[in-house]
Amino acid sequence: MSYRFDFSFVPQYWHLFLEGAQTTLLISLAATLGGFALGTLCAVARTRGPRWSRRLVTAYVEVFRNTPLLVQIFLVFFGLASLGLRIDATTAAIAALIINMAAYTSEIVRAGIEATGTGQMEAASALGLRPAQAMALIVLPPALERVWPALASQFVLLMLASSVTSTISVEELTGIANRVQSDTFRPFEVFSIVGGIYLVLSFLLRGALWLAGRLLFPWRWQAA
Amino acid sequence: MTGEFNLFHAGYLLQGAVWTLLLAVIAILGGGVLGLVVAIGRVARPWPVRLLAGAYVQVIQGTPLLILMFIAFFGLSILGITLPALVAAGVALVLYSAAFLGEIWRGCFQAVPQAQHEAGAALGLRPFSILRLIVLPQAVRIAVPPTVGFLVQVVKNTSIASIVGFTELARAGQIVNNATFQPFLCFTIVAGIYFLLCYPLSCWARALERRLVPA
Repeated sequence: MSYRFDFSFVPQYWHLFLEGAQTTLLISLAATLGGFALGTLCAVARTRGPRWSRRLVTAYVEVFRNTPLLVQIFLVFFGLASLGLRIDATTAAIAALIINMAAYTSEIVRAGIEATGTGQMEAASALGLRPAQAMALIVLPPALERVWPALASQFVLLMLASSVTSTISVEELTGIANRVQSDTFRPFEVFSIVGGIYLVLSFLLRGALWLAGRLLFPWRWQAA
Repeated sequence: MTGEFNLFHAGYLLQGAVWTLLLAVIAILGGGVLGLVVAIGRVARPWPVRLLAGAYVQVIQGTPLLILMFIAFFGLSILGITLPALVAAGVALVLYSAAFLGEIWRGCFQAVPQAQHEAGAALGLRPFSILRLIVLPQAVRIAVPPTVGFLVQVVKNTSIASIVGFTELARAGQIVNNATFQPFLCFTIVAGIYFLLCYPLSCWARALERRLVPA
């Protein structure tokens, strides 16, 4: 083995890596917020909605949890374009990630709602709250608190999975890596560094999500 | 092979699906063996072993599979081995599956109550016999549903191998799309094939889970 590792390109390209990391985080944030909102709606529709909405959500969840994200991205980007709806790569990537994320989130949140029990809902309606109020104020907070760790790891997985959006030419961290390696002909070094950046990002994200859990569900803090 | 989507294209996609399955089998068998090592390492007595296994899991679970594939792909070629993309993708998937399976199995092992170990010791069994006769049979029972559930992830994640140039189902879909210019039809069929592979596994995992926890 006569290969010589050469990391001398790093300072010159560092700002590009940072830009890529920033794009990765922005895409992930948009997809997480969108997917979380849509997923929670789906979870409510599946646990409390009429029968047609339960069936619809079930079908949606099963289809998107049993097909690869990459193919979903292709369908949104190339498929929609062929149907006449042209959207740019970043929008397509975020849309595909939201749809994918919502399917997973909805299953996690549903488990939380089911574990919270119908007694809470009945107590809320006995107090005169409307069903939507009861759901938003009484059932969802403890339900989300219960499943927050599972949601947090799903969010981290989404950030890592966003790397495949580079295939439709999104310039996030992996896309940047591809560009830098074709510039420097140092693919192994480039991807090792980018792997390290992803590792740091996932640790930071985990920490931020732990903190967010503390801020979103402060009563747990106070009781302890 | 250009022109409208036809039977030839469908056959090409099915051929891709066979490669997808092969890759998934490699990932599961290799990842299973290595995952067992990781799981044992995570609960081993000596702390350096625990630390090493823990670090392995953290690093692999904190890196995208796509990056692992690129590193395997270019890393192997640095070593002077020119291997087909299948090997690079296989190596990356094995490393990836091992980290996740190792964590799943460690959780299952630790889910068996400590009292079971103590009861075994009270009966005068030796440590190895306690594991073999009492703890492992229970741990395996708990481990089956999440392991089957993870198989779905493996099958779906093989699609990422298409990016490093291995012609499995997703790549076959791209090739057929380039020939037919019918992306919507093409990728819907590809998604449909993945669904047919994954959905039965998902249902199986759920059924196993229900059997384990009688409602």
